[in-house]
Order: sequence, then structure tokens, then C-alpha cells
Amino acid sequence: MIRIANGQGFWGDSPDAPLDQVRRGPIDYLTLDYLAEVTMSILQKQRSRDPQLGYARDFVEVVDRVLPDLVSKNIRLVANAGGLNPEACRRAVQAVAKRHGLEISVATVSGDDITDRIDELLDRGIEFRNMDTGEPLSVIRDQVRSASVYFGAFPIAQALAGGARIVITGRCADAALVLGPMIHEFGWKPDDWDRLASGIVAGHAIECGAQGSGGNCQVDWETIPALEDIGYPIVEAEPDGTFVVTKHAGTGGRVTVASVTEQLVYEIGDPKAYLTPDCGADFTSFHLSQDGADRVKFTGVRGTPATPTYKISISYAAGYRAIGSVAYAWPDAYRKARAGARIMAERVARLGLDFDAVHSELLGVNACHGIAAAEPSPELAAQLPEVVMRFGVRSKNRAAVDRFTKEIAPLVLSGPPSVTGLGSGRPKVEEVMAYWPALIPKSEVSPVVSL
Amino acid sequence: MKIRLLDIAHSRSGDKGNRSNIGLIARKPADYWILVKYATAERVKEHFSAICLGKVERFELPNLNALNFLLHETLDGGGTLSLRADPQGKTLGTALLRMEIEVPE
Repeated sequence: MIRIANGQGFWGDSPDAPLDQVRRGPIDYLTLDYLAEVTMSILQKQRSRDPQLGYARDFVEVVDRVLPDLVSKNIRLVANAGGLNPEACRRAVQAVAKRHGLEISVATVSGDDITDRIDELLDRGIEFRNMDTGEPLSVIRDQVRSASVYFGAFPIAQALAGGARIVITGRCADAALVLGPMIHEFGWKPDDWDRLASGIVAGHAIECGAQGSGGNCQVDWETIPALEDIGYPIVEAEPDGTFVVTKHAGTGGRVTVASVTEQLVYEIGDPKAYLTPDCGADFTSFHLSQDGADRVKFTGVRGTPATPTYKISISYAAGYRAIGSVAYAWPDAYRKARAGARIMAERVARLGLDFDAVHSELLGVNACHGIAAAEPSPELAAQLPEVVMRFGVRSKNRAAVDRFTKEIAPLVLSGPPSVTGLGSGRPKVEEVMAYWPALIPKSEVSPVVSL
Repeated sequence: MKIRLLDIAHSRSGDKGNRSNIGLIARKPADYWILVKYATAERVKEHFSAICLGKVERFELPNLNALNFLLHETLDGGGTLSLRADPQGKTLGTALLRMEIEVPE
């Protein structure tokens, strides 16, 4: 049996979680997941400003804190912190190791960044049709900023077999961070579909950090212990593909069939065909059982053969946006906020500028649930102590969005009464990135493992 | 008898581009059939008609006593484009729990 722990569900997750995972109980592998679509666009911006950047810099600080424990306890670390620049990330990690006076082997998995090959691939007839809309990439070719292939777990396993203490990947399937160590430890083969799928399901169960161990859990949420000290999830994996999801003893949170099931249904499509680079996983195949306190056992995961394509994610510039908010106080907070939204909509319309989207919502009333939330009754509306009116626009034209940002503050003095602006000054104009999911034949790209 | 999904189910939602995914899980295995029978794709589409501009697909996970709904064209263009306070639809899971269904006594 091996223990694989997740210590980071996204870039921005708790900086203490990785340290807790290596210190508060036994583990063999620590995995850290940094990359989301939105992260890739941030990394792309950073790399365009400085070619030495483009990786998750927080990861280097995490390594600084966990490295002595990794070495003394013989724990190996797998992270997709390389982002768009795994090599620069490795150099930064090696500088940290040197400061600690430690000799460690750091491997990278790269080859996923195909930004510079797009034209060549288009010329050869690969259309990169959008998986959701069917449109060819030519529609947005000029706006493309980055293109990354999601690689699988075998390159990670190869790096571990080569003796790496730390494996830094670029883009890869999130669950591959967990499957990679299993392939390495158990010698699973590329056509062991059921076992590979077990590793994918295990990876999915823990890839979002504490959301798999009692965080963001709806069932009896108020009784879930010590969320301020929540234990991140850990997989205890067996060579036959069965595994247990658990957490370190003495930590907060809760691992039950209910809390784990919430994570299993998170961000999936057709559950019979959860496709990854290494296999398909059938999320309707397996059985969960409570195996003691804070332990959920998985048995019977079934897999299907891998497809001949990799998924790629292409980021492209999609214009600009800005969002501003003001808060209206009792009495009549709801009616004032509605009036404020109407006044803003009319002023924005009068500007006669070219907005792709104009949106307002009322926080405290129905911003989260929209129309699924009933309009507040007149009695409730009259009692609301305050309502936030949030108003945003999006446009391909930066000047239009910039002009919009000058409309929010005047509303405080020229609109309904008892109102305060939120934040300081005008809303910020943000560049917006959008994502273009597509497929590429596996024969066109190869992962590069460097030790 | 009219009940809310909140009475018998819990949920979690996330995003896949411009699609929202909502997993709906029976609190008791014995109630799973109620979800299968009454929480139809049509009802869910109707419930989210103001924001769901595309189709709703429904998948069954009897092993988890759960249904998975994929709501197409629902997230105002997707997590990075959206102007909403909840651009990834993280709270749409509980929005679904507001839905009322008519079940036998």
C-alpha cells in the first residue's frame, strides 16, 4: 500500500496544507495541483512580461518549507507547478535545494506547450475545432495566446522511475498527478484499463484538496469538526486498484460516503466516459463503503481504452471587462438597488459604446441563484438591511470599458439615497481570456521527460 | 405531496467551459428513485430557464445514488468571461435544491 496526499487544490489554496500533509502523518507522495484554465492565462501574461516566469511561483515557497521533511521521510513530490515554463520552475526549485544544502533530483515533464506550433499544425490540416461549438480555430487564430496539451500519468511515472524526488510538470490531467505514482509503484501497464481508471478516480477524489475531505460539504455542514484545521485528503492505494480516501488523524474535516460523493460528481460530464489521456474511467462502475471513521473505500472501478487524441486548451484574448459595486442601506434597500441598476443600464446605453455584455445583479437578494430564487416578498424586501448592486460590462474595445468605469462613482451622489461605494476608486479594467477546448492526435505531440 | 429537492438531496456544482455541471445526490439511497423519476432534464431546464440557454443533459449514477446534470450555455460565456458574482456556477447546486416536485404520499 502507498499513501498519496494532496496538498493543494488550486493555485491560491492554503500554503500550510502541504506542510500539514508531510508532518501530521505518514505519506509516500505529496501531489500539488496548481493549474486551472484561469491560471494558465495568468501564467501566460507573466511569461510574456518575463521569459523567466510562467510557472506557479508559490510552489517554490512550498518546496522551501517542505523540502527537509521530503528528504528525511523519503516523500516524493509531484506537482503541475511548471505551468508554461517547467524548466524555469526547476531552476528555482534547485536554487532552494542548494540553500538547504540538499542534493535532490528534480525532473520536468514538458512538451505540452504547443503555442509556437499552432500554425504548422493548422497548415497540416489539424483544425482544432472547438469541442463545444464545432467552430474551427481560424475564427480566433489572431487572438491566441497559449496552447497546452493535457498529458497523462506515464511521463510522471517515467520521471519517478528515473529517481526524481520532485516531478514538475506543465499541463497534465489533474488526476494524472495521483495516477503517476501508482503506475510507478505497482508497475501498471498502459492497457491495464481498470487499474488505470482506479487511479484516475482516486485522483479525481482528492484533486480539489479539502473539497474531498469535508470542505464545501452540504451534509450536516455545521457539525463537520474543526474546518479551521481541515485535513486534506489522502489516498491509500493498493496494487489491485482498490483504494481508501482518508485524511490524517487529528485533523479537522470529515471523510464520509456523502462528502466524497459530492467531490466525485464535481466537474464531470458523462459519468460512463470520463476521458483522460491514459484511459476512460466509468464513474458508474464502482462501489463506495465507509471503512471506519474518516475512511471511504472504493472497489470495482472499471476503465475503458484510451482514445487516440489528447485534449488541448487554447487560451485567447477575448476583450476587456470591468465590474463595480455600490451598497444601498435600509430603508427600501431593495427598491433603491433596483433603481440604481436601471439608472446605470440607461446611462451605459446612452454612452452609445460597443459592449458585448452588460450585466447587473443584486447581492443579498438573488445574485447567486438568479431567477431560481423567488423575488423577495414585499415584507422581506422592506426588511432587507442592505443590498449590493453590482454592475459590469464586457467589450472588445478597451476604451469603451474604460469609459464605463467612470459611471459608477457618480451614482453615489446622483442616484437613490443612503448609498456607499465599495472598494476604492474606479473599477479596474481587466483583460479577459477565454478558452478553446480542442483535440490533437497523440501522434503529433510527445511528452519530454528531463531528469 | 409537494417537496423540495433540498428535503431529500444534496448537491455540488462546477463548470466545464460555458456548461454548468450539477451533481444531485440522494441523502438516503431509498430516495434515489424519486430523483430519477421527478428530477428530469426537462424540469431542470425549466428551473434554470433564465440562465440556461442550451440543452440540459442528465446522466444516472445509481452506484452513488446520484444524477449528473450538464446545463449547456449557462455560465454567461464561461468562468473567465462571465460578469456574474458566481462566474463558475459554484452555487447553482443549491439553486437546484430549490426545485419543488410533486411526489406520492
